[in-house]
Amino acid sequence: MNVIEASGLGKRYGGTWALRECALAIPAGHVAALVGPNGAGKTTLLHLAVGLAAPTVGTVTVLGGRPAGSPAALDGIAFVAQDTPLYKNLPAADMLHLTRNLNRRFDQGYARARLADLGIPLKRKAGHMSGGQQAQLALTLALARRPRLLVLDEPMAMLDPLARHDFMAAVMTAVADDGVSVLLSSHVLAELERVADYLILMSRGRVQVAGDVDDLLAGHRVLTGPAAGAGRYAERLSVVHARYGAAQAHLLVRTSGATDPVPPGWEAHPVSLEELTLAYLREPGAAALPGPARARDAEPTEVTK
Amino acid sequence: MTIDKGISRAGGRADASSPGAGGGDGPAAAARGPASPIEFRLDPASGVPTYLQLVQQVEHALRLGYLKPGDQLPKVRDAVAALAINPNTVLKAYRELETKGLAAGRPGQGTFVQATLSQIALPELTVLHRSLLGWLASADAAGLDEDGMAALFTTALREFRGRRGGSGGRRGAAGGGTEGVA
Repeated sequence: MNVIEASGLGKRYGGTWALRECALAIPAGHVAALVGPNGAGKTTLLHLAVGLAAPTVGTVTVLGGRPAGSPAALDGIAFVAQDTPLYKNLPAADMLHLTRNLNRRFDQGYARARLADLGIPLKRKAGHMSGGQQAQLALTLALARRPRLLVLDEPMAMLDPLARHDFMAAVMTAVADDGVSVLLSSHVLAELERVADYLILMSRGRVQVAGDVDDLLAGHRVLTGPAAGAGRYAERLSVVHARYGAAQAHLLVRTSGATDPVPPGWEAHPVSLEELTLAYLREPGAAALPGPARARDAEPTEVTK
Repeated sequence: MTIDKGISRAGGRADASSPGAGGGDGPAAAARGPASPIEFRLDPASGVPTYLQLVQQVEHALRLGYLKPGDQLPKVRDAVAALAINPNTVLKAYRELETKGLAAGRPGQGTFVQATLSQIALPELTVLHRSLLGWLASADAAGLDEDGMAALFTTALREFRGRRGGSGGRRGAAGGGTEGVA
């Protein structure tokens, strides 16, 4: 099952395309990181997936084909928007009450137990909580709906390092306990590198890279060798990003899976996720879309909505 | 939707501390059964993949006698809560340890140590440690830098292993990925 599937998806605000030609298929059971610079279209994609915005073109479904925004889709998704919005003047108990009445499913016992574990008093108003507690309250409200997919938009942007660690630990514990799939966005890859096993890299309104992190790392490597013959060698490779010094060259390349032998004088190194991400962000024309590449072929038939 | 968007911003920075907001770590500790003798830690700057760090820490604990056959490895949930990492990462590490024959999963209970690595008594270890320090001092006196010492040690280790007829197996200290358990 795919938790999010998009085909030919696009969103235009006025004359500006916030998202274009987006084809995605995120399998269930992953912690997926949606990474890209500010303004890349991350929030737009998330809003389309959770039904807060309607596509201009294309389609997006969630949790195995449920149309985004439909009651069936909303039932299985919990979304925490950027800056964890809460009613500042409402005590935690009232936030629980409100969320319970606004949703078909809400596990009140779980929510109360969780807040007690965290030491957040039910009488305390959201506005009087620390940033970490507010984030944990928003997460509790989301998890108490027992979602199959948890979507978090820049969840840790305003948290200090300790609160950040505790928040992520809470999310990962939910994954361990309930097997919930997670999609979270950030413009800082380092925040998500330790938790994500699926990466979606966006820039300028397009999805540039999408895939299983292990597959992505195994499918790329850095070749280091003499700059003299590098240009000729590079022609035979699928180079994502190249850096040339006077004597030495570094080529970040996509490999066909099997580790091809390198010419004498060249060394192959494994690539880190950060190196890979930076290389793609520096080359907006390059793309690595193993799964969605197939979906892209089907695009023309599905663009008309 | 769980929460309406844009109702209020969470204001300024987080307070100095949020007591008890331990993300399940503190509360979970109380609910824990018989705890594992070890706790995992992560070195983000090491460049070693997270799952491999966990594998290496278990191997290290086995070598130093912190872990013995029958001991339980940290429960996946506890490791996840303590380190804020993906549960799949812990599972991957435990699978690797199972493949190496060092650990075995018991359904519904957790993962337990199955075999051990070069059990050596602590006093003996101290003696070896001291003689190695002596060797390092004489190497330093001879003008060898740290990289040179490491290279010399690795070469000698390889030679030693070759002379023993490749039966290095369990005793090999280099911890290479291909090194199985005899």
